[in-house]
Amino acid sequence: MELKYKSQSVAKLYFMAAIGLFVGQILFGVILGLQYVIGDFLFPAIPFNVARMVHTNLLIVWLLFGFMGASYYLVPEESQRELYSVKLAKILFWIFLVAGAAIVASYLLIPYARLAEITGNDILPTMGREFLEQPTIGKIGIVIVVLGFLFNIGMTILSGRKTVINMILLTGLVGLAVFFLFSFYVPDNLVLDKFFWWFVVHLWVEGVWELILASLLAFVLIKVTGVDRELIEKWLYIIVAMALISGIIGTGHHFFYIGTPGYWLWLGSIFSALEPIPFFMLTLFAFNVVNKRRRDHPNKAATLWALGTAVMSFLGAGVWGFLHTLAPINYYTHGTQITAAHGHMAFYGAYVMVVLTIISYAMPIIRGRKANPMRAQVVEMWSFWLMTVGMVFITLFLTGAGILQVYLQRLTDTPLPFMVVQDKLAVFYWMREVAGIVFLIGLIVYLVSFFVKGEEIE
Amino acid sequence: MKERFTKGMARNIYYGGSLFFFLAFIGLTVDTVKKLPKTDNSAAITETVAFGKKIWEDNNCVGCHTLLGEGAYFAPELGNVYLRFGKSTEAIKAFIKSRPVNGIPGRRSMPQFNLTEEELEGLAQFLKYASGIDTHDWPPNIQG
Repeated sequence: MELKYKSQSVAKLYFMAAIGLFVGQILFGVILGLQYVIGDFLFPAIPFNVARMVHTNLLIVWLLFGFMGASYYLVPEESQRELYSVKLAKILFWIFLVAGAAIVASYLLIPYARLAEITGNDILPTMGREFLEQPTIGKIGIVIVVLGFLFNIGMTILSGRKTVINMILLTGLVGLAVFFLFSFYVPDNLVLDKFFWWFVVHLWVEGVWELILASLLAFVLIKVTGVDRELIEKWLYIIVAMALISGIIGTGHHFFYIGTPGYWLWLGSIFSALEPIPFFMLTLFAFNVVNKRRRDHPNKAATLWALGTAVMSFLGAGVWGFLHTLAPINYYTHGTQITAAHGHMAFYGAYVMVVLTIISYAMPIIRGRKANPMRAQVVEMWSFWLMTVGMVFITLFLTGAGILQVYLQRLTDTPLPFMVVQDKLAVFYWMREVAGIVFLIGLIVYLVSFFVKGEEIE
Repeated sequence: MKERFTKGMARNIYYGGSLFFFLAFIGLTVDTVKKLPKTDNSAAITETVAFGKKIWEDNNCVGCHTLLGEGAYFAPELGNVYLRFGKSTEAIKAFIKSRPVNGIPGRRSMPQFNLTEEELEGLAQFLKYASGIDTHDWPPNIQG
């Protein structure tokens, strides 16, 4: 099977970079997990905060690579024309890869304060805020790459066929770029700083990224099920509608205890309690469409990833989000391992899995076949289960740790100091580390699946 | 979904709903920013505090600690550390200064950042200012 449009193949570069950085992210995750129980592991060479920056920043960068690769694959096919400029896509790829690698390497090689100094953080201070630790010049680089990418994708869509899928994807990507600009606003006022920091973080992952997620999933589902586009587009509209209706004011669930007015306790609780709805609809949608399939696509692995994304995003973002989103509950869980538990499963279930879904669907086609040999698919499906079950247990153990932490540190009549409580949670952290190793094994199996040979599928 | 619910209706909910709530969010943002001075302790922001916030950021303190519950969960909450340390900026400074360079065998330890007196004072004043923010009585107790 050949690609419909030759330019789609540029996605391969992006997917390979994404997977490579994913491996780095997980290795540092395993290091972090160990530092939780062996406090001086790699100290002072790689302190916890440095390993954590590497872990979270690699995640963000590889997901962006994934979104870009997905767009370069999807948009020509939806727009029914070649990509506006393959050359631009390739140039931006190398700029982003070098910049991303340089940022992560600088975290590991240079003390952070020194990095701030030599990259001119005194001139335009933007560093030292969670997830937005990149040196200012790195942030500017990200903006340039994303703008070039948007130009390329936008020109392709605007001069081609406009479908619901590529318009919603474009809206999500434009939103991603616009809200990132808030990362340049760092006022002296801590409350104001925190308030607008969420305009990047929340409005990304609980806002515009959901548009990207839903449109990518809808695209893959059309392809693997052959179900009528009209029906899929209707679902897509209503899912993203619910995502934004609940998610925009749902930002308020971060404004409970950071010095903002009291009405956010109500607004944040009510609207964020609605946030599981679009994820539940996504699950209904995926299963409904797969049940109504008009063809049996030979790529079983891609279908599994698609269904997995729907289920795991509902569990991670929907259920685990709801668990601690009501203000009176969040009063006790805010800033504990409960948050960490939710963060892990939500990111994996929604964004990691959707990128792996589109890679699973598109990579074989880019490599010249409709689907991978069955043997390779079986290995890939093993990796799906190992990583997913690994993540479920990471989440459960962190939840166990979180519940105990909340009780010992905040709920009992004799609250214990943070570090004393941490010691008592060690057994949960050890089990989390084991689950993390299972996840890593799953990732290795995933890499292996790309090299498994077998009978070609017709 | 029933046929009576058409794609056109779904599209209108998407455009109408997101536009409405987006505009509502902008309105709420404006209102919040106006009302912040009542709760954000901004009257206490001096040059020293602003300098201290920069030190906080330049050393990526949020990579291990939480501040008003946000950050990493590896080290104690610092939004109320000023109160926990008996309202003593000196105690905060002494703690930061005394961290062993090579850590503590087998245990978590804060790195030695080699901060100057001026930087220590700024950081301590910043944490003092943070403890004065009205957070609706969060955290539940002094342990953070």
